[in-house]
Amino acid sequence: MPFELFVALRFLREGRAQTALILGGTTVGVAVMVFVTALIGGLQALLVEQTLSSQAHVTLRRPERVARVLPAAAGEGVAAVIEKVPERDRSVESWPEALARVRAAPGVVAAAPTAAGSAFASRAEVSKSVALRGIEPESFDAVIRVARKLRAGALRVNGTEAVIGTVLAADLGLGVGDKLRLAAADGRSDVFTVSGVFDFGNRDVNQRWVLVSLRAAQTLLDLEGGITTIEVKVADPFQAEALAADLAERTGLVADSWMRVNHQLLTALRSQRASALTIEAFVVLAVALGIASVLGVSVLQRSRQIGILRATGTSTGAVLRVFLAEGALVGLAGSGTGCALGAALALAFSNLAKNPYGEAVIPVELSPRLFVLASLVAIGTGVVSALYPARHAARLDPAQVIRYG
Amino acid sequence: MAESLLELAGVRKDYVAGPVVTPVLHGIDLALAPGEFTALVGPSGSGKSTLLNLIGLLDRPTAGTIRLAGRDTATLDERALTRCRGRTIGFVFQFHHLLPEFTALENVMLPMMAGKGRPDREMAEGAAGLLREVGLGEVLDRRAARLSGGQAQRVAVARALALAPRLVLADEPTGNLDTRTADGIFALLRRFNREAGIAFLVVTHDPRLADRCDRIVELIDGRIVADRPSRKEPA
Repeated sequence: MPFELFVALRFLREGRAQTALILGGTTVGVAVMVFVTALIGGLQALLVEQTLSSQAHVTLRRPERVARVLPAAAGEGVAAVIEKVPERDRSVESWPEALARVRAAPGVVAAAPTAAGSAFASRAEVSKSVALRGIEPESFDAVIRVARKLRAGALRVNGTEAVIGTVLAADLGLGVGDKLRLAAADGRSDVFTVSGVFDFGNRDVNQRWVLVSLRAAQTLLDLEGGITTIEVKVADPFQAEALAADLAERTGLVADSWMRVNHQLLTALRSQRASALTIEAFVVLAVALGIASVLGVSVLQRSRQIGILRATGTSTGAVLRVFLAEGALVGLAGSGTGCALGAALALAFSNLAKNPYGEAVIPVELSPRLFVLASLVAIGTGVVSALYPARHAARLDPAQVIRYG
Repeated sequence: MAESLLELAGVRKDYVAGPVVTPVLHGIDLALAPGEFTALVGPSGSGKSTLLNLIGLLDRPTAGTIRLAGRDTATLDERALTRCRGRTIGFVFQFHHLLPEFTALENVMLPMMAGKGRPDREMAEGAAGLLREVGLGEVLDRRAARLSGGQAQRVAVARALALAPRLVLADEPTGNLDTRTADGIFALLRRFNREAGIAFLVVTHDPRLADRCDRIVELIDGRIVADRPSRKEPA
């Protein structure tokens, strides 16, 4: 063991009360850091997860038709009022090629064709407006995990089978195996059998979504084999915006990322993260001041010992390193206990509140990366805050200290 | 006489506190030969400790030169001074000045570690050997804080000798010990002086001890007023 570490360890071991104080401070600081980061991280992941659970990362659709003004003859002016052309859900042109191109794009995990439009779901006298989605169960489930959200039945849309949400099921008094009638705006309708009931934890989705087979939706919505959107799942949800632009270029379709659609959520997440960082910065500052002041007192108390070390051949550099090592050791030990305490707090917190399905309401995010980061911050803080007292120690005049110390 | 181990020429030291300049040493000329056992006597405030700190390279003179083993110490930077101090000079202070956090053995090893950077077996054996020589083979692993005054001062002597110095500076090494213990410590210093040829410069108030040295240098008001062989031959 190097000389400096040996001396630092012994000073720490013998200065019990001070060491306990610094360790306590560092532990609490690291614990707060771990707890806050885990909580905010978990909360953000939850919010993003909830938002994305019923939403594709990127949605591609056909560009809207633009009304053009007829070119005026030379020398003539044209006054025009341009109105948006009311459009029926129009299908994506040559969608199999577009889909293949999307699937081949880098960063795309999965892509699903859907035929979507509005319809009415009715049973007996009760009728509800719904969002009809024609899907291929496998590709759709790869983009939006429906199977995991099923509370009854299965994700099966063969023939005239439909998968509906819990709220619609309750509104119409439906269960798996029951029949409902789905009618499109122009009167086309068919009777479907409920094959599954999902719960996305989102009232609107649970009330409005009706999943049927692609073919059934195409028939109801009069799309003649067409689709209205390609729904895409990407590898990194936070790169969705950039990828959307890339996909738009590749396919000539209009691409909307979840980030643009949920702009406010992202702003909220960002400010939440900023406030967490601010809290952590102040915690680090408080810990640094604590370490510096306690080490400062310990330098004063040990000035005689430092003088003796200097008189018996210890260099100023070695004295400096002794106290820097004390700071680093305190940071290291404090990060160990702090990570444990912070993790325990976070887990206890997330165990307090659970939803009816036994899942934590606020899951905490405890990653190895967080522990490594917190430890590095703690050790760095220890060393930096030891700098001032260490320099003071190294500058002590051994002659003075031995004589008067 | 062989070449001097230590040579001071015209050494002056002023202490400056704000606008007040207090001259402590006024032109000290002094030479110590290898293996010489010298007493430095004088009343309190005569500048003995200041002189000892200068010789021990813990402080630099205001004027004059200090040559240690033929080298002018003014040319050495802080690092080289520390190294030179560690290799050439050993200290025994009035109050043993052991590090209370460490054991007797570790206290003796500290100067060795400071030089080498990390402890090794050879170091521990050397330190244990020294402690046995000063009669402390039984308390190697006892904390310095739990040693008696006489034991602590013996550890301090062993520590001063840890790096086999050529000169040991002792500032009233027996100042706060009873007569019997003081005699024991002094005899110990004398023995190392005779057996290993180490030079000693011992500050003392005790004329009885001064008389047992080879040479007595008397300092009054920052000047050497007497420099003579001791009256008695050492026992």
